[in-house]
Amino acid sequence: MDLHFGDSKPSDEERAAVDALLGPPESSWEGADRSDADLRWARGGRAARDRRDLLLPGLHAVNDRIGWISEGALDYLCRRLTVPPAEAYGVATFYSMFAVKPRPATVLHVCTDLACASAGAAELCAGVEARLGPGSGVGVERGPCLGLCERAPAALAVRAGDPVRTAVSAPATVEAAVLAASAPDSAPEEPSAALAVPQAGQDGLVLLRRVGVVDPASLDDYRAHGGYAALRRAFELGPAEVIREVTDAGLVGRGGAAFPTGRKWQATASRPDRPHHLVCNADESEPGTFKDRVIMEGDPYALVESMTIAAYAVGAHQGYLYLRGEYPRALERMSHAIEQARARGLLGDDVLGQGYAFDIEIRRGAGAYICGEETALFNSIEGYRGEPRSKPPFPVEKGLFGRPTAENNVETLVNVLPVLTMGAQAYAAIGTAKSTGPKLFCVSGSVDRPGVYELPFGATLGELLELAGVRERLRAVLLGGAAGGFVRPDERDIPLTFEGTRQAGTTLGSGVVMAFDDTVPLPRLLLRIAEFFRDESCGQCVPCRVGTVRQEEALHRIVARTGAAAADDIALLREVGRAMRDASICGLGQSAWNAVESAIDRLGAYE
Amino acid sequence: MTAIPLGVPRRLVEFTVDGQEARVPEGSTILDACRAAGKDVPTLCQGDTLTPKNACRVCVVEVEGARTLVPACSRGAEPGMEVRTDTERARHSRRLVLELLASSVDLSTTPKAAGWIKEYEAKPDRFGPDAARLNEEPKVDNDLYVRDYDKCILCYKCVDACGDQWQNTFAISVVGRGFDARIAVEHDAPLTDSACVYCGNCVEVCPTGALSFKSEFDMRAAGTWDESAQTETTTVCAYCGVGCNLTLHVQDNEIVKVTSPHDNPVTHGNLCIKGRFGYQHVQNRD
Repeated sequence: MDLHFGDSKPSDEERAAVDALLGPPESSWEGADRSDADLRWARGGRAARDRRDLLLPGLHAVNDRIGWISEGALDYLCRRLTVPPAEAYGVATFYSMFAVKPRPATVLHVCTDLACASAGAAELCAGVEARLGPGSGVGVERGPCLGLCERAPAALAVRAGDPVRTAVSAPATVEAAVLAASAPDSAPEEPSAALAVPQAGQDGLVLLRRVGVVDPASLDDYRAHGGYAALRRAFELGPAEVIREVTDAGLVGRGGAAFPTGRKWQATASRPDRPHHLVCNADESEPGTFKDRVIMEGDPYALVESMTIAAYAVGAHQGYLYLRGEYPRALERMSHAIEQARARGLLGDDVLGQGYAFDIEIRRGAGAYICGEETALFNSIEGYRGEPRSKPPFPVEKGLFGRPTAENNVETLVNVLPVLTMGAQAYAAIGTAKSTGPKLFCVSGSVDRPGVYELPFGATLGELLELAGVRERLRAVLLGGAAGGFVRPDERDIPLTFEGTRQAGTTLGSGVVMAFDDTVPLPRLLLRIAEFFRDESCGQCVPCRVGTVRQEEALHRIVARTGAAAADDIALLREVGRAMRDASICGLGQSAWNAVESAIDRLGAYE
Repeated sequence: MTAIPLGVPRRLVEFTVDGQEARVPEGSTILDACRAAGKDVPTLCQGDTLTPKNACRVCVVEVEGARTLVPACSRGAEPGMEVRTDTERARHSRRLVLELLASSVDLSTTPKAAGWIKEYEAKPDRFGPDAARLNEEPKVDNDLYVRDYDKCILCYKCVDACGDQWQNTFAISVVGRGFDARIAVEHDAPLTDSACVYCGNCVEVCPTGALSFKSEFDMRAAGTWDESAQTETTTVCAYCGVGCNLTLHVQDNEIVKVTSPHDNPVTHGNLCIKGRFGYQHVQNRD
């Protein structure tokens, strides 16, 4: 590799931001192998190249400190990591939280996605922009779901500096959002995570039983509430038996694909090549989803413990927690929990004195929905553009760093704790025969008590909506988020199971239940969904890159039309949608037409 | 005695293509098998010298049991696979992909595109006159080659050829995301300020003419480019001792561009700046 770096130099602050992450360079030959015999001669650069995965943290370091990534800063980071500047530029421009052009040090991200849109995000944006015009030192950026749907509308202020400061305003008023942006340090503290769990403290909860009950900062409190009992049981059982328990419990992935977790673990564990990796997907960017955030904020040690168990089962000694860049409080809580667990011997070389080594590294996303796709997530961690890889090979064979990798989302992993503490049989007795265990639902929109609800699989949509206090004049319910589908208000008896929703011609997806009453204009909502997919397509394959644009254009044309006047464009949408579903590389393109199709077919959106 | 490398013996994989039994060596792709069976599946981004990126999705086929269509160019043939290349479903996706592409970029210099658009009855105009496309003027910032983003289908072949698959220069990358993604050098600078070494290997692999020799670009603009009047002569590069093969494209007794045979075991179609662009001295007639 013959790398060419421009002559742009970093500022002292940019250099300091990079050096704080990578350590000061030992010499100008840093990263290359030198022999004592000839110090003038450096060969290779392998050592630095092996740290390519620090590119994303490096970009964060600069962006956090300065607010944007200049040519000089990018080139310096590239020199330190032996990464070609063109590639690093390709990575930096992939993520929406990074900027490669100067911008104000404070950026206010205002969510304009589904729940926030129906709670008045447009007025909020207009109000905020009127107050924070040019010269205010704050850049206002409209963006996709911030995962604060239970407190819509939401805004997130990020002020660059050392350290970077963030403030969340939700539910946001113009005044509160402006305050958060202009003085993030003195903005009022976010309400406790427990407030996102209307059932908090109730008996019978399994996954949410500690949220609002334990102090998320205290490992002792976690242990006093049953923490680390599951890991002890796992060590008693041994890896093979843990996998058998998880298989017998019938646990399937909660991210949307519903793949059997035990089978995934078994396939990873049995691969002969080493090392194995464990990746926890905490990049929940599906509009309407916020359950992983609530768990990480309210019960962070539960995730640390379940990652340890999963890693033990699949034979991994390194775990990566890929955490959404838009979740500052979850990042803080998880970092603290991991540090505490490490300090107390629950992570590290000798977990619980059992001679098993495991540690967790947090990798922060930077604003890309596609990175929730497992292979795109691997690329993102490795320091490449977050584009999905083609499968096969599957991650259990060649995943992160080309090694066998088990990848699970937060909710799936947290389910492993009750599987082990209750035993597979008792766990499988919850729910239905095919969908076992408890399930988390993120309810938002036109309901009185939005939040994360835990119900055994098999409860009906109507029961869940009752719990959340659904309002009069319900017009539509979106199941599974932007990639899911709409159902009619009279379809309340749909059982909330994988097989039940499938039978009803819809999907459970990631557990989003978003209610819309008849004040919400449906065509606008569909337009927002189309806009979301156009913005979030990685652009790698043609059906998705161009199809999502053509879909949005057609919806724009018919936004105010119905019946025969819309028929042409609806036919066009169907044809494009079918090709996107059939020919796209990954789930993003394959599902980009689901919600719109269901709105046309089930709700008669343009009739 | 010359030792002839035979390689590791490869097993044959048996599967069916459109109901016909097919046997291909292990490691072959579905596309290889289709071509061996005399069926050509259209493809834009597949390249004979590069690992398929399967980004264009024109070559999708139906595989029994698969939820979605699969790209023939990159999916390996597996024993027992039942592949159907010409179903209504596959044809629908191919037609739509061609329509989506042709409505967003200029395929006028893409070989075979016009034929496929006709064959699949694709109508790129039906997305209306306001369908988004790039509409950008070609970038002419050096004397050797021209970048015309309006013709770029983002197949990643130039990125792979410049990067770890051939040249190891890593001067270009895909930047941005979604419909706004494009091929660029670092900081989206002019080519002359980049790491580009002007080997022209990206031009060699470009399937659409988005990258073209300045000579060809100028002649097309002047209306003098005439492929039918060109002769091709393959010779050996005289600059150094490696012995790369050059194919000189000559029109009206002038070299108009230089390519290199992809089946050459030394270069596989790759050249350096001298071999690719350094031919002016040959036709200096003063």
